[in-house]
Amino acid sequence: MSGSDGKVGAVLVAGGGIAGMQAALDLANAGYRVHLVESRTAIGGRMAQLDKTFPTNDCAMCTISPRLVEVGTHPNIEILTNAELVALEGEAGRFRARVSLRPKFVDPDRCTGCGLCAERCPVPVKDDYNQRLSERRAIYKLYPQAVPNKFSIDRLGIPPCYDACPVHGNPSGYAALLAAGRYQEAYDAASERNPFPSICGRVCVRHCERRCNRANLDGPVALASLKRFLADWNAEHGRKTSPEEKRASIRENGRKIAVVGAGPAGLTAALELRRAGYSVVVFDRQALPGGMMRLAIPAYRLPDGIVQADIQNILDYGIELRLGRAVAGPGDLEALFREGFEAVFLGVGAWTCSRLRLPGEDLPNVSGGVDFLRDVRLGKKTSVRGRVVVIGGGNVAVDCARTARRLGAKSVEMFCLETRATMPAHPWEVEAALEEGVVLHDGLAPKRLLERDGLFAGLETLDVESVSFREGKLDLKTRPGTEKTFAGDELIVAIGQRPETAPFAEGGRIRLTPRGTFEVDPSTLMTSWPGVFAGGDAVRGAASIVEAVADGRRAARAIDARLRGVPLPPEPTPSTVVTLSADDLRARKEKLRPRQAVPTIPLDRRLAGFDEVELGLPEEQARQEAQRCLYCAVCSFCRQCEKACEAKAIRFDDAPSLRTIEVGAVILAPGFDLYDAAKKGEYGYRRFPNVVTGLDYERILSASGPTGGHVRRPSDGREPKRIAFLQCVGSRDAENPWCSSVCCMAATKQAILTREHLPGASCTVFVMDVRAFGKGFEEYVERAQTKYGVRYVHTRPSQIRQDPRTRDLLFSYTEDGKVWKEEAFDLVVLSAGLRPSPEADRLARACGIERTPGGFARSLPFRKAASSREGVFLAGAFEEPKDIPESVTQGSAAAALAMELLADVRGTRVKERTYPPEKEVGAEAARVGVFVCHCGSNIGGVIDCEKVAREAARLPGVVFATHLLYTCSPDGLKTIREKIEEHRLNRVVVASCTPRTHEALFQTTIREAGLNAYLFEMANIRDQCTWVHARMGERTERKAAELVRMAVGRARTLEPLPTQTYVPKRQALVVGGGPAGMTAALSIARQGFPVHLVEKSDRLGGNLRRIRTTLERPRPGDLLASLERAVREDSRIAVHLNATVQEVKGFVGNFSSRIRTDSGTLEVEHGAAILATGATELKPAEYLYGQSPRVLTQQEFEAKLEDDPAFAAGLREVVMIQCVGSREPDRTVCCRVGCTEALKNALALKRRNPDARIAILYRDLRAYGFKEEAYTEARRQGVLFFRFAREAKPSVRAVGDGRIEVRARDLHSGLELAAEPDALVLSAGMVTSPDLRELGTTFKIPVALDGFFLEAHMKLRPVDFASEGFFLCGACHGPKFIDESIAQAQAAAARAVSILSRPLLEVGGVVSRVDPDRCAACLTCVRTCPYGVPRINADGVAEIEAAMCHGCGVCAAECPAKAIDLMHYKDRQIVAKTDALFAEGGVAAPA
Amino acid sequence: MSDPARTAFEPRLVAFCCHYCAFAAADLAGSLRIQYPPNVRIVRLPCTGRVDVIHLLKALEGGADGVLVAGCLEGDCHYLKGNLRAKKRVAYARKLLAEVGVEPERLEMFNLSSAMGGRFAEIVTEMTDRVRRLGPSPLRRGGDGAPATGSAPP
Repeated sequence: MSGSDGKVGAVLVAGGGIAGMQAALDLANAGYRVHLVESRTAIGGRMAQLDKTFPTNDCAMCTISPRLVEVGTHPNIEILTNAELVALEGEAGRFRARVSLRPKFVDPDRCTGCGLCAERCPVPVKDDYNQRLSERRAIYKLYPQAVPNKFSIDRLGIPPCYDACPVHGNPSGYAALLAAGRYQEAYDAASERNPFPSICGRVCVRHCERRCNRANLDGPVALASLKRFLADWNAEHGRKTSPEEKRASIRENGRKIAVVGAGPAGLTAALELRRAGYSVVVFDRQALPGGMMRLAIPAYRLPDGIVQADIQNILDYGIELRLGRAVAGPGDLEALFREGFEAVFLGVGAWTCSRLRLPGEDLPNVSGGVDFLRDVRLGKKTSVRGRVVVIGGGNVAVDCARTARRLGAKSVEMFCLETRATMPAHPWEVEAALEEGVVLHDGLAPKRLLERDGLFAGLETLDVESVSFREGKLDLKTRPGTEKTFAGDELIVAIGQRPETAPFAEGGRIRLTPRGTFEVDPSTLMTSWPGVFAGGDAVRGAASIVEAVADGRRAARAIDARLRGVPLPPEPTPSTVVTLSADDLRARKEKLRPRQAVPTIPLDRRLAGFDEVELGLPEEQARQEAQRCLYCAVCSFCRQCEKACEAKAIRFDDAPSLRTIEVGAVILAPGFDLYDAAKKGEYGYRRFPNVVTGLDYERILSASGPTGGHVRRPSDGREPKRIAFLQCVGSRDAENPWCSSVCCMAATKQAILTREHLPGASCTVFVMDVRAFGKGFEEYVERAQTKYGVRYVHTRPSQIRQDPRTRDLLFSYTEDGKVWKEEAFDLVVLSAGLRPSPEADRLARACGIERTPGGFARSLPFRKAASSREGVFLAGAFEEPKDIPESVTQGSAAAALAMELLADVRGTRVKERTYPPEKEVGAEAARVGVFVCHCGSNIGGVIDCEKVAREAARLPGVVFATHLLYTCSPDGLKTIREKIEEHRLNRVVVASCTPRTHEALFQTTIREAGLNAYLFEMANIRDQCTWVHARMGERTERKAAELVRMAVGRARTLEPLPTQTYVPKRQALVVGGGPAGMTAALSIARQGFPVHLVEKSDRLGGNLRRIRTTLERPRPGDLLASLERAVREDSRIAVHLNATVQEVKGFVGNFSSRIRTDSGTLEVEHGAAILATGATELKPAEYLYGQSPRVLTQQEFEAKLEDDPAFAAGLREVVMIQCVGSREPDRTVCCRVGCTEALKNALALKRRNPDARIAILYRDLRAYGFKEEAYTEARRQGVLFFRFAREAKPSVRAVGDGRIEVRARDLHSGLELAAEPDALVLSAGMVTSPDLRELGTTFKIPVALDGFFLEAHMKLRPVDFASEGFFLCGACHGPKFIDESIAQAQAAAARAVSILSRPLLEVGGVVSRVDPDRCAACLTCVRTCPYGVPRINADGVAEIEAAMCHGCGVCAAECPAKAIDLMHYKDRQIVAKTDALFAEGGVAAPA
Repeated sequence: MSDPARTAFEPRLVAFCCHYCAFAAADLAGSLRIQYPPNVRIVRLPCTGRVDVIHLLKALEGGADGVLVAGCLEGDCHYLKGNLRAKKRVAYARKLLAEVGVEPERLEMFNLSSAMGGRFAEIVTEMTDRVRRLGPSPLRRGGDGAPATGSAPP
């Protein structure tokens, strides 16, 4: 599907903020496939975080939300979230983009966004959307209105405890649930993979705790103690499942398996196999089940009852236990197979005690460690004699020693080779032994056993030099001559155990390892005898319970797979284990919370018998301990989401992936990061709670923010009375030498909003210059001062201190360098600067584009949307700090450049949705189908959806009603389509969530079944019912039923609305031949459409002929030449000079204009029009301009510098005055360019004449963005700056001989300036031409009070007019620089082409229609329509052009004759709702 | 709400909400799970500018004890100034109500942005309390404040 030269008609847009969204929409609407790659989990970018936007104080969410939905539902935009562009190969026109997709762990095709998962998730996470001022869950949606409306799991990797646990018994999961007080779920999670929670809660080796990251702070979380708490809690309070219920849960498969050994490995395997449906028989030669757990671990650690309980739990599933039955060799195994067992699992343990191999080891008062312990457990041994010697340093040795103490030993001495620190026994066990009076001799090796009267009598030892194990073999060095002797009356040798495997190996069918353990396949644990499996100590040597459990599970899975003849399920993809070093934890600012101590019984009771020593943690302590969990991986792995998700969307094993996408162009719009204000330590951010950043404050102001829109300061929740805004934190300094452009306005907005929230509060903005340079900004700041009393102080405070008692903030400052003031504030808001994000950095490197030293993307001269790499375009703050409208503009401009590049392949990669022909239903009686959605338990958990559906079925007109789990799931949509067919439905009602997000989806669905989209109605029974009346029971259900009734009532009145289509005129009109007009015309032409370019003067060029240089050096003259040449050479552009537009008729896509030229008039048909009529430098009326030849405007001064080489040399002193004819009560507009022009010309003069003295008299130096660097440079070169106030302007007078004198006073220093300059240069304002209003009238578009055209929406539609099909660009919109005008021109071109290129335009739908018979031509509609659409036609009645109507319905409501109706919202369609609510079926009261 | 005399009457409210702000705010209240009395039934319109006096009166005549019209903040109307039109019509309808002896307080215009989920809940609560104090609408069928369909306790 590639174009002829291999170009690809698709574009990748990286970054889903407002700039990226705009680019994506323009491209998709103009016939390109768009892949929108967003690094977060939802689009919307920074704007979605804002409360209101300046200068209109529009709610940010209100304006962005419809656009989010538009992007989210566009058939030709594919949104890839959690994704990053990581490499870009190929060339402009045909790139291969590699996109890395991070796992979301939620299947977006199945997730319905219902949010049940988040309700169940126990993990609290700081919410970045709310600037960490509130909490969300580990499974989350970025913000309530997020698009895509999908959840994802925040998971950084694997928690170390989970990774360390051999059975992945999920410690962080049950800890998280325990911390949340959800004990039953926690117990279930703790016992899910390990059937011995009570046992492992007591005696586990605790691999998890050893790897716990908290160990790097204040000790690991006591995970085993938590497990024990849960097991104990469950025994007392938990949900009990009876053996009958357990057995009933098994689906028998009729196959038999034998398990040999009733220890942890065997019982686990038995349980898992039983659950899979097998009959399982467990054989054990002992009289009691449990293996080591029951017979080797002393009762004071693991009471009999506990072991029995866990085992009984397993046996209850219907597992047969045959005790006293030894299965000991190949013959026995063969017998089992003959008996019909299809597989055997050997979990025979390691019961053979290792020997010292010293003479005397067989004496009667010598025993092996586990033999001793087993005999005690079986009651065969009930006492010990005198002094007991224990050899060994492992847990068994400690158990023996502590047991001996309890059996009445006079003394117990332990001997081990290792030091105390390195001995293998758990330190806490050794500690307990010592407490109980055991004497430990570490670092001693037994040399000889002493014998007297045929009995062991003592031990001779040697000091150990070194000890280590190599490949399981002991490597011991002792020091000769260090012999010591110890007397003893009984010896226990506890130096390890070996499995009794030799008998099984007879005949060779089962092979053993050199260590004497079973040789097994590591993934299946099958021995060399097919069908015989082994695990636990018999395979591992002496290991642990939890490892035996892991083996039991593994073998069970393998046995099941083998018997069913299916492959073993693959191991989950390995993922990184999250480790947090001490430094990481410091960076996370984790607080110290020492580990909870486990209570024990008193020592005398311990030694008196075998009572359990450790008591469990009490509830409160257990919870506190659980709350110590760091949630290293964020997600706790508790898997509650999986259980909660009724749509089965959780993909717990989701893995990262890489996708290659073919695209013709790439647009980079990754946005910005905020400067980390904490780096300016002097301001105390993150140290002082009441110091916040601008974005933090934005959330505090927001009605949907952490404080619900109530302004509260963080330290004490009090309403602040005194608020300070500090500007330029991380801007305009040595590290960040640019101005962030938006902060002055953002702070002004926040100050205004603060005053609206808290009328009594004072707001002070500490600022160097108030940079209010955009359209309408000056007036906004003015209003802040006069109407809202916001104070601006021109200074930069250097340090903030905190009153430790009140947490108030203090700082001192000076405005004039002389008087210092100290002031206290309740809250300080830091305007943190804008900078490129780390993601932007990676993106730039992946694409290989050039960057500025500050890390921003470097754009080309006069082409702000073009990067250094062909085919890679730029939009938004990544290119230079900028505000929303400029980002939107640049988004469109980047789209235009991409469309120019890919003009030939437009439409080659897009999908058009096709629908079956619409059924004729107009005359039929209503046949309504009602679908009531459970939305999982969002609705179904609160009300009885089935009942609501049953009631709906009885409503008039309803022929079918049902209830569905998720109506928006693919299955649900299929049901709707089928039922439309089956029941010949001609109206559809879905009762579920909100039409704002789902109406379009359901409308598409009914269209697919042949119904007109307007035959659909929704009842919002979730967002506006079950969610907001969750605990109102019957009343909630009644409300839902009534909402359904209202929807059905309206549905019966719905009519299909035909839409008409027409082909747009594929030609554009551009008015104005300056740089903006020429650029727009060229861009449209390059995209393949003819253009009529109308210029009122006799030549093209506009301001390009007047401006000679730019600050950034590229020359306007060169640009002019290239634009003129390109326009001349492009046959698609018809230039009309000395021409004006006389009349415009028609509507979007279908205009007809009359143009008058020198040679007469011509009619031009066009689908869109762009106005680019520019503005010019004002001719000043003050400061002796026009009276003294020394007084010049900046443009005149610039021309003289350029044209007359001697001019500069003759200038000794030059004074410049800013804001001449700008920012005055009668002309409030800031000219935006004046400050930069002054800097540019000052620097130009300095280049030519370094000795010239230059003074610039200014009010606020507005060198925004990268222009700040010129300001710095000018000061470096000695240009003097004097700030004056509007009320105290400089005075200029003639002093004879043609000389002039300038006097002014500097507000910063109080110094008086008096100069007699050779030139006085005035930065004069910008004005539009006087015929602008006339043009506005011709096009019926508004001109604002300031004389510039008024766009459709200041933020999101900066180049559109409210009248569809008309666009604007350049200085007629407001003063701007050449490169800004060009970007706007490209943007306007993109917008126009998205109309011209549309295969068909549609009109109709929700529009007003006039009944001419009733119209009295009273003009009410004409007067009230906010868009001026209605007109009185030739028949003398009102007519509303459907293509122009916006569908608000104001005219319909106002029309006195009721001659106008708004389609889809006719009076009867509106009243039908209330009628249905009150009139039908003997309505009961809502109570 | 513990006073049984006051809980005996549960007013029925109808809210005409614009799609862009008030309806979106009601949805946001849902997303944030802000609880409010279940007395309100929303009728969605593209803009409050579409609200006709007849819609308001029909709702009251049909049996609503209170009606609210909720649109965008003033100056923020998605359709430029439909909400200002609605404001005038609400004022006019209130006058009509007063003339026929119905408390004009039963009808009210509110303005809020789509981000003001909490405010929506407040508005409903406010209006529910207000109308509960006023008692059943005298326009309800059965006349004279004796509601035809009873006012059973919740």
